Amino acid sequence: MLKTLNQLKPGEMGIVAKITGSGPIRSRIIDMGIVAGSKIYVQKLAPLGDPMEIKVKNFNLSLRKTEAAIIEVQMEATS
Amino acid sequence: MATRDLTVALAGNPNSGKTTIFNNITGARQHVGNYPGVTVEKREGFRHFQDKDFLIVDLPGTYSLTAHALDELVARNVILNDRPDIIVNILDASNLERNLYLTIQLLELERPVVLALNMADMSEKMGQKIDDQALSHKLGAMVVRTIGNRNRGIDSLLKAVVHTAETRNKSSFSLDYGPEIETKITQVMEAIQELTEIQYPARWLAVKLLEDDQEVISAVRSISGGEKILAVADRARAVLKNIFNEEIKVVFAERRYHFVSEIYRQVVVNRNELAQTTSDKLDRILTNRILGLPIFFAIMWLLFNLVFTLGAYPQDWLNNGVAWLSDLISAHLADGDLKSLVVDGIIGGVGTVISFLPQILLLFLGIALLEDTGYMARAAFVMDRAMRAIGLHGKAFIPLLLGFGCNIPAIMGARTLENPQDRLVTIMVAPLMSCSARLPIYTLLTAAFFSESYAGTVLFSLYFLGIVLAIIMAWIFRKFLFPGESEPFAMEMPLYHIPTMRSILTHMWERSALYLKKAGTIILAVSILVWFFISYPSDVSYSKNFEQIKANTEESFQTAVTEKVLEPLQLEKVEDSRDLSALISQISDIKEAKDADKEAGQTEAAVDSEDSADLPDDPKLIELQQVNPEIYPYAIQYWTLDSERKAEVEKLDEEEAAEKLAGSYAGRFGHLIEPAIQPLGFDWKMGVSLFAGFTAKEVVVSTMGTLYSMGKVEDDTTELQTALVEDPAFSPLVAYVLMVFSLIYTPCVAAMAVVRRETNSWKWTAFTITYSVALAWIVSFGVYRIGLLLGY
Repeated sequence: MLKTLNQLKPGEMGIVAKITGSGPIRSRIIDMGIVAGSKIYVQKLAPLGDPMEIKVKNFNLSLRKTEAAIIEVQMEATS
Repeated sequence: MATRDLTVALAGNPNSGKTTIFNNITGARQHVGNYPGVTVEKREGFRHFQDKDFLIVDLPGTYSLTAHALDELVARNVILNDRPDIIVNILDASNLERNLYLTIQLLELERPVVLALNMADMSEKMGQKIDDQALSHKLGAMVVRTIGNRNRGIDSLLKAVVHTAETRNKSSFSLDYGPEIETKITQVMEAIQELTEIQYPARWLAVKLLEDDQEVISAVRSISGGEKILAVADRARAVLKNIFNEEIKVVFAERRYHFVSEIYRQVVVNRNELAQTTSDKLDRILTNRILGLPIFFAIMWLLFNLVFTLGAYPQDWLNNGVAWLSDLISAHLADGDLKSLVVDGIIGGVGTVISFLPQILLLFLGIALLEDTGYMARAAFVMDRAMRAIGLHGKAFIPLLLGFGCNIPAIMGARTLENPQDRLVTIMVAPLMSCSARLPIYTLLTAAFFSESYAGTVLFSLYFLGIVLAIIMAWIFRKFLFPGESEPFAMEMPLYHIPTMRSILTHMWERSALYLKKAGTIILAVSILVWFFISYPSDVSYSKNFEQIKANTEESFQTAVTEKVLEPLQLEKVEDSRDLSALISQISDIKEAKDADKEAGQTEAAVDSEDSADLPDDPKLIELQQVNPEIYPYAIQYWTLDSERKAEVEKLDEEEAAEKLAGSYAGRFGHLIEPAIQPLGFDWKMGVSLFAGFTAKEVVVSTMGTLYSMGKVEDDTTELQTALVEDPAFSPLVAYVLMVFSLIYTPCVAAMAVVRRETNSWKWTAFTITYSVALAWIVSFGVYRIGLLLGY
């Protein structure tokens, strides 16, 4: 099932399918290693509900939900 | 500077420990400046190793080398244009996959690269094993292990650098982008080869042109024959876009990451990409949904107290030291222009510069701790939602909070923001945070014009107004100065570290030295300039001949003494009778001690002053009288006459100082701008005070003291309060408007000097001054007019 990353809840996991959007935010996200095929785990949400913290390629990344919204992920069953 | 045998550039991701390695290599032999025209810092250091002199250039920490971010562009241009002999790429071993993405971009630049696997201990703790040799083989570069915060592996790293330089081991690296892209790269390269004047590596240039890199495209366009190459690249890009149905730069990035993950898979054993680390466990508490904010505010409270409460002690010592120095010099210089310049101009200016030093040292102690431990990113994570509401980054909260103590650390603290636009907006609104130096103005005017029950509300309204204006201005600046798409937030949350003493001390020292060098000189120069405006011209035409009147006072004092003290005792002068002079000095000691007590105790206000001197109410005086009943009346008589004379002279001095200031350039300026500030209900005296307040906000109060002939106003402002209340130019409304104006307009020379240093631009400094004065005028005008309408 395809979802955008911002729709994932803490503890959920997904594989990146596509990065939509354009401009510097897209470039930054790609530079940070979020490309098609990357495995993403949602670590937590900030106390005020936004931004979110994810794990990708062995490191932790904090993303605003608006940024997470341009990342399409294929949901995986949580192990 | 010695001749350099080798230039080494350090490149790496943020949080890779690059700066620690840089400090380990260079020690104290380093220098911080700016790259020309931009706010990006240029850090260089020197090292002598194996009979070679190294120049080490610390490039800005970047994740990539695209033209999107200024830092990345600067790093790339240094490598391309300055052509360092060797690039040392610092890699965070615990985060190798993403770090290697930058590595292959460096390798594509075709300069010799040495890889430093940093923090290898951390990655081993996480259960990873890295095969250094395989990595070295795959990338065609030497690999050295380092542990920056334990200063390990630095010699091996330098040896590898020397070895790579000697073998001229140019990287033989080439990434295969796949047949479709490779064909196009070859096509573009062929077009490039026809040109001779291009100095960039041809393959790299071809890749960048296909990636639609705007910086490279405009560089190529500027050379003759460039248009032809661009046309070839455009066609190739269009073809590729059709094949991949995606932006070509994304395809390139994906191919690079694909390549990287291949290497990563072959080189690292025991990969567990999503393993929960110790940092994750710590974060379960530190950025917890419920505890995250309280912990953040507790840490902010500690930081604030560290900088301002703890900083107040050394600041006091420094201020006392400066006061002592200025007294000492005062005592040894003859009255006149030179003394005034040295004491009021130079020492005053130097005093201003160094009095901020303790706060800056402590601020950077705090910031270094927050950044080196890794908490800074968490602070931004926790606060981002709230700060974004006003268009700022989560990290902007910390500098703005510090602004309530002092705007200077606030402005300097804005450097924790990586994005230049966020940094600039934060710097420009930070002065709206009401700093502690503005408090004396508020207390003076509130105490004079508002009853105690309103004082709290008045103070609160000012602080609140500052915050509201900061929010509005931040929003306006974002919207109109930097329109367009917002900058990405996406921020790495580095692993928690125990910081090293060395890196913290280096950080503190570096910032303070920069402050003293860059900001200090400006502060000093402007302080002397303002001193000049306040002290000149010195030949003011006074309303009366003060010298003559003072001489008359002295004369009548002498006559009175002769008549009432000396003649009855048949003396020539006071010193002729040892008993008399001893008694007089005893009396004056007792009186002075009593005055000091009164001031400290503040029991009665200025009710019983010197008038009641002849009544020996003090037990000590009665004792003196009993010991020497014959001489005592004369001694007390002398003391009374003498204190009357002193009071008279002091009053004349103060009147003279007031007239001198009124006639000075600053005073004339006050008169000159009176029409401009009249709509706010201000008169020229307030104008002069506000003008003098450019040096520092406390100066507003002391200038008023001088203008109202109160002499040096320090703690005891009751007299000045009375004078202000009696001045018809003042009303509670005007006092409030004056406070509003003081809140908003340019905080002080020191803050502006720091703005200059931090933005590296006179233009932005001038803009900050202009907008703050304009905003102060507009808001004050509004408050005054509304106040008048409401009948205040």
